[in-house]
Amino acid sequence: MADPMRIRAQAAGDKTTVRVLMSHEMETGQRKDSAGKVIPAWFIQEVTATHNGKTVLTADWGPSISKNPFLQFVVKGAKAGDKIAITWVDNKGDKRTDEATVS
Amino acid sequence: MNRIRLLLSAVAAMALLAACATSPSPAELDARAAAAIKSSFRDQGIAKTDRLNQDLGQAACSSDKVPDEATADRIMAEALYTVKWPAGGQFLGDWRAGEKLAQDGRGMTWTDSSADPNANGGNCYNCHQIDKKEISYGTIGPSLWNYGKNRGIDDLASPAFAPIAQYTWVKLWNSKAYAACSNMPRFGHMKLLDQNQIRHLMALLLDPASPVNR
Amino acid sequence: MKTRTLIGVAALALCAGAQAQKSTADGIAEYRKMLEDGNPAELFEAKGEALWSQKRGPKNASLERCDLGLGPGVVKGAFVTLPRWFADTQKVQDLESRLVSCMATLQGFDAAEIVKTPFGRGEMANVTALATWIAAESRGMRFNLPQSHAQERITYEVGKRAFFYRGGTHDFSCASCHGDEGKRIRLQELPNLTRNPGDGIGFAAWPAYRVSNGQMWSMQLRLNDCFRQQRFPYPGFGSDVTIALATYMGVNAKGAESIAPAIKR
Repeated sequence: MADPMRIRAQAAGDKTTVRVLMSHEMETGQRKDSAGKVIPAWFIQEVTATHNGKTVLTADWGPSISKNPFLQFVVKGAKAGDKIAITWVDNKGDKRTDEATVS
Repeated sequence: MNRIRLLLSAVAAMALLAACATSPSPAELDARAAAAIKSSFRDQGIAKTDRLNQDLGQAACSSDKVPDEATADRIMAEALYTVKWPAGGQFLGDWRAGEKLAQDGRGMTWTDSSADPNANGGNCYNCHQIDKKEISYGTIGPSLWNYGKNRGIDDLASPAFAPIAQYTWVKLWNSKAYAACSNMPRFGHMKLLDQNQIRHLMALLLDPASPVNR
Repeated sequence: MKTRTLIGVAALALCAGAQAQKSTADGIAEYRKMLEDGNPAELFEAKGEALWSQKRGPKNASLERCDLGLGPGVVKGAFVTLPRWFADTQKVQDLESRLVSCMATLQGFDAAEIVKTPFGRGEMANVTALATWIAAESRGMRFNLPQSHAQERITYEVGKRAFFYRGGTHDFSCASCHGDEGKRIRLQELPNLTRNPGDGIGFAAWPAYRVSNGQMWSMQLRLNDCFRQQRFPYPGFGSDVTIALATYMGVNAKGAESIAPAIKR
């Protein structure tokens, strides 16, 4: 299973800023190794964020997103103690979900 | 009083001895450094440990102090002696090829598969400004913008050309001929670039048609 | 990040005119500031933190009794005192070679095997992650390497001589690039490492995550690649020269604030 994500969710008034650092190689499928063989594409295709179980963000990603991608977004109406969960699914079908508490 | 003095000087002498025991002389430190360098590296790819063997110039320039005048003169004289002049007296090649070489910083590292000069670049923009259009240039060496123009070479028939061409060729072949501890690699002498490649760099700098002189 | 780099460079290349040089440098500084948010080094920090307390190796033990110079298990503040003398190994050691010692003594790993492992693989990758976390535990603190032991002072002097050692096919020494003020290679500014180059610069900026190749670089890897660019042969991991150079730079950086683990382009 892939390395865990780092998630920080900080409430400031009505707005909570969520910052996520994901650990993923994000291979475009365009690179070649030293032997000249194409390194197969391997990248996150779907990202979903939930707030206390309710989906607040979905994203469709492609090979142009960098390695170890950083995502930042704002959730309205979240307060300290609420749960933010992030899930990603990649083109190989691997997935990972991590959770954080709003502080 | 005499006994106290004797005691004090004995204590002082012992302190001095103790200090001697723990702080090595500069020569001893030099030896330790040499031993550390010798034992810390291994061969890798084309980069072999014989690259750590220093010639006179490298050894004399390996400190924060400049070598004495006699040593510096000797380094420069020996460097000048190594220069091989271009075949047929042809100093200039193609400035377009020169620009490509100047942009290319590759070669001679342990990840490079060949030590053939044709696999190497001149590394020039790493340290120098050359064509003003290139904004990504280094400042370890002086700007070479308008190199030929600044030296009065408006055309190749100009009398200014021959001495400048010779100076520039020597500088590229073995930079230490003019500055004993020069930071610039010795492109010809160390076989980093061959005659043809150096001709191209010469053209980049001296050809009136080169963008460097426009 | 590859796309981002391309866009950044293209935008910078469009800058024209007499002010081009200043705005290019400013543009790059701006780009670097943008990168600081969400430093992937944090992924390695998290990994290192977990590895510190995890029972591993033939002895199935954690590293929590490892002495990094401030006593067994003391991590906070240790990074800014390394390299230093260790009585148990009778050597001046940097963070990474010290971690290998602890992994061998406490956990039963084969030190020689780890040292032979290429950067980014196997247990060497774990050493890098541990070093990243340990550096993070001293973030904001100022370098204060001890020079009280004779061997620490000797190591400094050896490092100074190594720093100025001209060699290789290009006659480069560390000083060729890092021995002067205000110089740069291409557009990369070069800190003067013969003295304190300032907070968060030079020795105070590694380990660092390099965006251009997506790799976490420790000081040992930074030195390794310096020697590669100098056209030197290959420096052994944790070898005397690498420890001596780190001591030279670390002592020179006395008082400088550590920003490690940092992010580089």
